[in-house]
Amino acid sequence: MAVYELTYKQFLGKLTPEWNRFMVIPRHAFRDVFKSKLFTAFFVFCFIPLLVETILIYLHHNVNALAILQVNVRELLPIDASFFMTFTSIQNGFAFFVTLLVGPPLVARDVRNNALPLYLCRPFSRAEYVLGKMAVLLILLSAMTWVPQLLLFAFQSYLQGASWFANNLSIAGAIFISSVVWIILLALLSLAISALVKWRVIASAALLGLFFIPSVFGEVVNQLFRTRWGSLVSINANMRNITLGLFGQFQQATTFVTDFDGEVATRIALHEPPLLVSWTVLFLISVICLALLSMKVKAYEVVR
Amino acid sequence: MAVATTPQEQARLKDPANFAPVIDLNDLSVTFGGRPILQNLRGELRGRAIGLLGPNGAGKTTLIHTLLGFHEPSSGTAHIFGRDITTDAKQIRSLIGYMPERDSFIAKMSAVRFVRLMAELSGLPSEAALERAHEALFYVGLGEARYRSLDTYSLGMKQLAKLAQAIVHGPRLIFLDEPTNGLDPPARQRMIKLVREIRDSGKANIVLSSHLLRDVEECCEEILILKEGRLAVYCNLEEERKSNRKFLLLETRGDQDKFVESVEKLGCEYAVTGDHRIKIVLQGGVDVRDLYRVASEHGLQIRRLSYKRDSLEDIFLKAMENGHGGL
Repeated sequence: MAVYELTYKQFLGKLTPEWNRFMVIPRHAFRDVFKSKLFTAFFVFCFIPLLVETILIYLHHNVNALAILQVNVRELLPIDASFFMTFTSIQNGFAFFVTLLVGPPLVARDVRNNALPLYLCRPFSRAEYVLGKMAVLLILLSAMTWVPQLLLFAFQSYLQGASWFANNLSIAGAIFISSVVWIILLALLSLAISALVKWRVIASAALLGLFFIPSVFGEVVNQLFRTRWGSLVSINANMRNITLGLFGQFQQATTFVTDFDGEVATRIALHEPPLLVSWTVLFLISVICLALLSMKVKAYEVVR
Repeated sequence: MAVATTPQEQARLKDPANFAPVIDLNDLSVTFGGRPILQNLRGELRGRAIGLLGPNGAGKTTLIHTLLGFHEPSSGTAHIFGRDITTDAKQIRSLIGYMPERDSFIAKMSAVRFVRLMAELSGLPSEAALERAHEALFYVGLGEARYRSLDTYSLGMKQLAKLAQAIVHGPRLIFLDEPTNGLDPPARQRMIKLVREIRDSGKANIVLSSHLLRDVEECCEEILILKEGRLAVYCNLEEERKSNRKFLLLETRGDQDKFVESVEKLGCEYAVTGDHRIKIVLQGGVDVRDLYRVASEHGLQIRRLSYKRDSLEDIFLKAMENGHGGL
C-alpha cells in the first residue's frame, strides 16, 4: 500500500509481541499529557521536595558544606524512617494532584467519542485496555514517588555505608509498598470515575470529592462519637495509617480527649482502627473500582 | 495454480484456515435480556464481498458485533476462516478490520496519529505503523488532510478516516458497517469505488452491512438478508447475474386464480405480486403464445406484458414479504 502505488496490501512483516502491546497506550498518552506547558511546569515543580531531600542528605555527609553554611549537623533532620516517610508522603500528595489532572480524561474521552470499539475490535482485550490506561498513571506517578525515593535511599546508603543500608532495608520496602499501594489506588479510582463520568471536569470534581468529602464525614463521626473508627470511610486516613505502619511509626492510641465527669477530668485515649482493617478497606475499594471498570469498559453497551 | 514465492505465502498456503469459508454460521443465536436478537443463523459464506441487508433492527450490526466477539452467542457459534469466534476471538481479531457505523474516534488527535495508534494496537511495529498510516490515508484520499485534527473533519472525511483505520494493518476480512451513511453522492461514489478496489485486489474479503440496496448491489457478490434476527434470504448475486434469469411481468384483469393454476400446470414458476400483476418464469417448451391461450380460456385479459430481470430490490422485497429462508 505504498503511497505512490495506492493499492491495498496486506502487512507481511513481523508483529510486536502481544504481552507488551498495552504499552502503546501510555506511549501515545504521554505525548498528549506533556503537550500542556502548564502540566509540564507542575510536574517539574513536584520534584522540588526531592531536591530538598537530596540536599539534606548531602549536607548530612559533607562537613565542608555545613561549615560554609554555618549549620550544625544536629540542627538538620535526622536521616531515618521518619525522614523518608515525610518526603514519601509529600510526593504521594503531589501524586494525587497529578492524577487529578491526568486521570479523568483517560477513559472518559474514549467513552465520549465511542472509541472503545476501535480498541476492542483489534487483538487487544479489555484487560489490556485497562492496563494500558493504568500504565499511563503508574509510570508517571512512579517517576515522582518511589523511583526517586529509592534512588535517594541508595544515595544515603552510599554515603552512610553498608551497615546503615543493611539496618534500614525495611525503609526501602516501606517506600516502595506505600507508594505503589497509593498510586495503584489513585489509578484505579480515577479510571473508574473516568469510565463512569464522560466529562473531564465532572470526573475531576468527583475524584476530588471522593477523597475529601468522606474525610470530612469521617472526622465528624469521630468528633461526635469520640472514636477514630469514623476514619475508615476516609481513603486518606486509611492510607496514612498504612504508611505509618509500613514505616514502623503506627500507634493505635494517637488521640486523647478529656472527659469531665462532674468536676473530675479523665483523659481518654482514642484507638485507631487496626491496620488490617485499613488494608481491607483499600482492598475493597480497589475491587469495587475493578468491578466498575469491568462493567463500563465494553465495546458496546447493550440496552435491555 | 498459485505459486508461493515468499515464506509467508508458503506458510499461508499450508494453513488449512486459508481454505475455510470466510464466515461459517452454525446455528448462531444471540439474546439480550431474554429477547432474541439473532435466531439460529446457519450457512457458509465464501464470497469476496458479502452484503448484509435488512431493515433497521434486523440484527445486521449485532451479527457483526457477535462475529467480532463483542457479544457472546447465547447458543451456537460461528467460525471466521475456520476459527471459532468464542474460543479464538483474539486470533480472529488479528485478521479483521472494522469500520463502525457510529462516529468513533480518539479525540484531539491528527488523522495520521489516530491511524498509526490503531495500527500499533493491531501489532504493527511503531515505524511500520507510521508508514502504513500515511499510506492508508493517501489510499482513502485523505493524504493532504492527514495532519489535521479529526475534530475538524467533515462527515465524509470522518468516514474515510474510519475506513483508513480499518485497513491500515492489512486485514484479511473487513467489516464495513453502513460505510456510506450520511455521505453526499460524490463521497458515496468514492467510498463504493474504494470498497470495490479492495475487493478486486483479492487480498481481503469484505462484509458490507447496509440498508442501501444500491451500495450492496454495486459491491457484493453474495448477500445475506436478515429479517427480525432470522436469515430471510441467502443469494449469490454473481450466479444470479450469470444465469441471466428473466421473467415475464404480466398486468392482467379478470380471474387470476384459475389462470395461475393453469400456468403452474404448464410447469412455470409464478408469483402474484398484487395490483393485477403476475410474475412468470417460462420453462422450456412454453412460450408467450401459450400464456395468451390459457388467458383466453379463463377469460383473463392481458393488458401488458414485459420481460424483466430480478433486481436486488425484488429479492429484498420478496424476502420481506415471505418468511425465512436459508442457505
